[in-house]
Amino acid sequence: MPRRDDIHTILLIGSGPIVIGQACEFDYSGTQACRVLKEEGYRVVLANSNPATIMTDPDFADRTYIEPLDVEVLTAIIDRERPDALLATLGGQTALNLAMELVERGVLERFNVELIGADATAIATAEDRSQFKVAMQEIGLGVPPSAVAHDLDESMEAIRHLGLPVVIRPAYILGGKGTGIASTEDEFRQLAIIGLDASPISEILIERSIAGWKEYELEVMRDRADNCVIICSIENLDPMGVHTGDSITVAPAQTLSDVEYQLMRDAAFACIRRVGVETGGSNVQFAINPEDGTMVVIEMNPRVSRSSALASKATGFPIAKIAARLAVGYTLDEIPNDITSKTPACFEPSIDYVVTKIPRWAFEKFPGTPSVLGTQMQSVGEAMAIGRTFPESLQKGLRSLELGRLGLNCDPGEAEFDALDDDELVRRAAVGTPDRPFQLEAALRRGITIERLYAATRVDPWFLDQISAIVEERAHVAAIGFEAMTARDWQRVKRLGFSDAQLAWLWSNFEKTLTAGDVRSRRLSMGIAPVFKTVDTCAGEFEANTPYHYATYEDTDEVVETDRPKVVILGSGPNRIGQGIEFDYCCVHASFALRDAGYETVMINCNPETVSTDYDTSDRLYFEPLTEEDVLNVIDRESRFGEFVGVIVSLGGQTPLKLAGLLQEHLVLGTSAASIDLAEDRERWNSLCAQLEIPQPAGGTASTAEEALAITAHIGYPALVRPSYVLGGRAMTIVYDDENLQRAMKELSGFGSLGKEGGLSAERPVLVDRFLEDATEVDVDAVRDATGEVLIGGIMEHVEEAGVHSGDSACAIPPPTLSAQVISVIEGYARAIAEALEVVGLINVQFAVREGQVFVIEANPRASRTVPFVAKATGVPLVKVAARVMVGATLAELRKEGFLTPAITSGHVAVKEAVLPFSRFPEADSVLGPEMRSTGEVMGIDRTFGLAFAKSQMAAGGRLPDAGSIFLSLADRDKAAGLIVARRLANLGFTIAATVGTAAHLNENGVAVETVVAKLTDGDSSLPTAVELLATTKVNLVINTPRGSGPRSDGYDIRSAAGLYHVPCLTTVAAGLAAAQGMADWAKHGLEVRSLQEHHQAGRGEQLELT
Amino acid sequence: MSTDVHTRQQVRPALLVLSDGEVFEGEAIGADSPDGVATGEVVFNTVLSGYQEVITDPSYAGQVIAFTYPHIGNYGVTALDDESRRPFCRGIIVREMARRRSNWRADEDLNELLIRTGVPGIAGIDTRRLTRHLRDTGSMPGAFGTTDEATLLKAAQGEDGTNGIDMVAQVTTANPYVVGNGQRRVVAYDFGIKTTILRHLGELATVEIVPATMSASEVLARQPDGVFLSNGPGDPACVVGVAETIKELIGQVPIFGICLGHQLLATALGAETYKLAFGHHGGNHPVRRLSTGSIEITSQNHNFAVADGTLASADVTHINLNDGVIEGIRCRDVPAFSVQYHPEAGPGPHDARYLFEEFADLMDKGT
Ligand SMILES: Nc1ncnc2c1ncn2[C@@H]1O[C@H](COP(=O)(O)OP(=O)(O)O)[C@@H](O)[C@H]1O
Ligand SMILES: Nc1ncnc2c1ncn2[C@@H]1O[C@H](COP(=O)(O)OP(=O)(O)O)[C@@H](O)[C@H]1O
Ligand SMILES: [Mg+2]
Ligand SMILES: [Mg+2]
Repeated sequence: MPRRDDIHTILLIGSGPIVIGQACEFDYSGTQACRVLKEEGYRVVLANSNPATIMTDPDFADRTYIEPLDVEVLTAIIDRERPDALLATLGGQTALNLAMELVERGVLERFNVELIGADATAIATAEDRSQFKVAMQEIGLGVPPSAVAHDLDESMEAIRHLGLPVVIRPAYILGGKGTGIASTEDEFRQLAIIGLDASPISEILIERSIAGWKEYELEVMRDRADNCVIICSIENLDPMGVHTGDSITVAPAQTLSDVEYQLMRDAAFACIRRVGVETGGSNVQFAINPEDGTMVVIEMNPRVSRSSALASKATGFPIAKIAARLAVGYTLDEIPNDITSKTPACFEPSIDYVVTKIPRWAFEKFPGTPSVLGTQMQSVGEAMAIGRTFPESLQKGLRSLELGRLGLNCDPGEAEFDALDDDELVRRAAVGTPDRPFQLEAALRRGITIERLYAATRVDPWFLDQISAIVEERAHVAAIGFEAMTARDWQRVKRLGFSDAQLAWLWSNFEKTLTAGDVRSRRLSMGIAPVFKTVDTCAGEFEANTPYHYATYEDTDEVVETDRPKVVILGSGPNRIGQGIEFDYCCVHASFALRDAGYETVMINCNPETVSTDYDTSDRLYFEPLTEEDVLNVIDRESRFGEFVGVIVSLGGQTPLKLAGLLQEHLVLGTSAASIDLAEDRERWNSLCAQLEIPQPAGGTASTAEEALAITAHIGYPALVRPSYVLGGRAMTIVYDDENLQRAMKELSGFGSLGKEGGLSAERPVLVDRFLEDATEVDVDAVRDATGEVLIGGIMEHVEEAGVHSGDSACAIPPPTLSAQVISVIEGYARAIAEALEVVGLINVQFAVREGQVFVIEANPRASRTVPFVAKATGVPLVKVAARVMVGATLAELRKEGFLTPAITSGHVAVKEAVLPFSRFPEADSVLGPEMRSTGEVMGIDRTFGLAFAKSQMAAGGRLPDAGSIFLSLADRDKAAGLIVARRLANLGFTIAATVGTAAHLNENGVAVETVVAKLTDGDSSLPTAVELLATTKVNLVINTPRGSGPRSDGYDIRSAAGLYHVPCLTTVAAGLAAAQGMADWAKHGLEVRSLQEHHQAGRGEQLELT
Repeated sequence: MSTDVHTRQQVRPALLVLSDGEVFEGEAIGADSPDGVATGEVVFNTVLSGYQEVITDPSYAGQVIAFTYPHIGNYGVTALDDESRRPFCRGIIVREMARRRSNWRADEDLNELLIRTGVPGIAGIDTRRLTRHLRDTGSMPGAFGTTDEATLLKAAQGEDGTNGIDMVAQVTTANPYVVGNGQRRVVAYDFGIKTTILRHLGELATVEIVPATMSASEVLARQPDGVFLSNGPGDPACVVGVAETIKELIGQVPIFGICLGHQLLATALGAETYKLAFGHHGGNHPVRRLSTGSIEITSQNHNFAVADGTLASADVTHINLNDGVIEGIRCRDVPAFSVQYHPEAGPGPHDARYLFEEFADLMDKGT
């Protein structure tokens, strides 16, 4: 069946901000969809609130709405754009749920918009857990026994006949939010309450627990002619009970006989047909009882998912791209497989390697949360590795995580596990945690049997035996010794995935310490180097022309040599808090820009969620860990042919930056490794600022408490203590007195979570700075070319004061309050610093402005988190410009080319707001500080700062109220500013509630306080407590600024209650002021939507093309 | 769970040498081959699971099977999954042989089965290099074992693979036997028939499996409702006399053929067959069913195919979506049809099982 031409305009909904359970994978799928639909000649309208995505680049859709993903907003967009169809199956759970709301509210009917991909009934059948079970039983598929409940009584009734343990799972949720396993009645009661609350329709499914069974996933595709194919099978190493998103997963399935696999395949087809997903990709999850093979269906996602992104990268089959084509009417046999280009997409990929995905967590950033894995997803990112065997891919995957581990143990990190006695080690391994794979290796290495480990952990004996193979090989090469290794020995140990660094550690002893470099050169001298194989969807059966490679130790190499000049771009690895999609955006932009400029682009990355690891983003993709060894391997290979221009290290965040020093000087494109070091090295950086006469907060470096105290004695309090060489403000704390300072130093020197990050030592001193209170923080992104011209890309004024990590605070372009004079000082400083560091490419400088005086906080001669936001706010493709500059173009030349156009500074204000994952970590305090904890960001863009801020809050899920009651509870230092907020809101007709102290202050200054609220601590029983107030949901907005910190202060109770009852909560008075302004403007203007293209055209004063 | 784990100490270095001189280093697994040399026509198979069914499929008689998926043997083996009384292949080539099996259905390790049934193997091979080589040069004879390269090269070049040999004679049953107890009566020619096919036929009919040499008159004397032509090894052109026999049966009784059976039916109908460059060996081949336009993912294992345009009296019913090779035919005026691929699966997808129903309908309509 050919492409449908009864539809012309298609609305695509993205997945919004990066949150746990919904990350870059939907930028990958959405970007593919946009491309395909445009290729097919449709008019594409895109809605997504996330500015850091590739898909929201103005040239990926005809109309790009960076607007809050909210029914009201989407209705306005639909009203304006009148799409014929809505494609919601590529934007994750967010898009799916919005589509359902649009259906329920009759919006799609009113504007007769057709829901393509999956229709409402199909979505409901898959998403409503009880409907789904019934459907599965209808077609004779097994499901775990269960009951549905809508309140606590029903829930308690349910377990009478189900018995315990059970799993509680809310309907319509994402990433396992609000789910859990309960073994006791009390646990059950708690979980039921949370679950009922987490479900938008307050419905939970209570299901008998089958924790410990084997867990599988199949990626299915179906076309409108009812052809069905399986793209990939995935087996979880962690058994049922650990969310697939938190499990180590392996493709293809390893321990299923063909008889079992084919039954599962039949079941998956029956499932997608019964649910009624007309076209596209779906993900079906199964569990199998290892004792007798009983198979049950766990769930089905009627859309592309995290797993389909993984499956696409694992097989080379572009699920989202194909899904988009199917949605507009093609059938699988009509679509060519663009990897082989000889064969159609209607087939089932066969692979000849093993893919392992390993999640990465951020527990250390959320004190109080146990790092235990369960049915609720908690990981913030993942790495994928390809090897010819499981051991090889497992070890590659573990070193891809960048957690300081060199592979599966055989490194200093193993000491932690070797210190435990057998029983303790097995006991710990029995619980799913990030440490599990290392515990398993340690256990097997000391001779604990596979039988015993299997009984304790339920990790399949096949996987355990594969780990044993690694263990045996280690013992073998340790016995042989570095000197005596033959070529065959080298080949064999490398085939099992051992890194040179692991071997160096293994062979080092008292007489002699080896470096990874020593091992490398000996290995190479023995003629042992990796070859690069191809991911081709067909296990070599057909010729493939897609250059998607992975390294392994085999006979023959498959890289097709060319003679074009090439640039290698180092990606940013697994997502983590502080380094996420923004950096992938940068790498992808560089690749596009350099490709257009005639270079061959070579991407190295190991994050399966990203656009950068899409095989047609760059001319060549190497899916490899970003470690010294793996990167050098690729560079060696690429150096063997054509012209090697160099390596871009400054666009992928800290990951590639750390590698810069290891590369030959002349290979590093743009800013030199030396300059990078100059900016990172505290001492040298300070003297540079002194020399440039740029003020910095007073401070010094200390490696002992005594030294620290000496510094504060001189600079005074409050002071900011932060370890060096960390990202995202890791473990930064503000101290107000000697006692706090000593505690902070103790925590740093102790083997706390910081042990991983390196802790405290002479080489890694902590920085102690005077903390600038009530200072306004400002971010600047700029590009400098080799001639010395500096282009100021954007100046962002933060909403929250300095002290809230730049990544966690809202910021605006253009700066709403900074004076022209301050701005010019900031620009001057930024230029001077760029000049002094001889930056070629991007630089980000952070300032704090206090009482008109400008201090510099830090400079990063690399792409920053904010460049995508700046590009979208100003219409200048900052990274593309920087990439060209790094390979020698000058800004002047780019202007002549028309590549660099003036920034759009008038007509609109853009506000970036951070999105924080506290709902996932209820134990953690939601107050913001110098340690970054946000997972993603949204952008609000509109005519005034107020409107843009209001939109940003709406997009971040904290919609500001337009009427009702505001609850204020302020620290003393905030009371003055708080008064202004309260007055404005009172004038807007809001009623005010406040805690005793705040209330008194407001009353004295003539602001009427309706309800006075008790502090928990001074139990004045005549007054309601804050928590009671929030429980009775009379409050529409909370403004609470912390008094001191730590879980004991009542501010904590207020904030967690606000979280629990979903009342938007602002934790700085600055945000309160912005909100007041937003609500005021909102009251005047109401909601208006406008596409990015229109904003940019208006800003350029061009004619708007009419729709 | 088996615990005999062959560790490095027991490694026996071995070589694989192709007749064109390509050499691969690996280590010996499975049974010992007489004086360290095993030979056969080297073919690759791209299935991700189903190694036991493949190894025990008689169609592989005379061949050495290279598995493209690196981990083979993970879930062990079970008598339930045997496709015939013993393997007929000459050996297997893998990247990694499982040291330990894990699956509730299994009662033996794959390596144990190889040793028990005398099938030698070689592991540690860069099977992707091998596959791409065969893809470009076509499948060819090879030899592997623990002996020296020169000896192996000579053996490889001395091995004439399956070309020009009647392989069926080596695999067909000596005496007739019966399976199933359905109403209908089917005579099934055994050219190397797979157990899964018998399982399916057995659900439709009482099936008498007969030697490839049985004459048409003997078959017709049994008054069957239908005759089945089984899969089997080698070059259809070399199967002595069978095509002639089939000619006599066409029109007399409904006929259904699979794989070699399909090629022989076509030959009997006057069509020509030819050898494919490297054949179809895998579980993921898309086939278009021309009557509906729908696609079936099929299990395939054949080096020969029916030449297009050489069929006068039959229509093409199925084609391979990848390369257009004829995958199914049906006679216009007489009740006979056949497919090149394996609707019974074992191993592979179940998409094409409806063909057994079609055979049943055809039998019920009669001639
Ligand atoms: N009945 C059960 N017993 C034990 N674990 C379960 C059960 N059902 C689901 N799980 C676990 O919970 C995880 C999440 O369940 P799932 O239905 O996939 O929710 P989500 O929509 O978050 O993916 C699964 O990956 C599985 O490990
Ligand atoms: N001297 C200071 N006074 C006030 N706030 C500061 C000071 N130094 C740093 N900060 C705050 O701490 C945050 C993190 O510091 P920064 O040096 O940017 O760490 P990172 O390298 O993780 O971005 C900054 O965004 C700023 O809000
Ligand atoms: Mg799931
Ligand atoms: Mg910073």
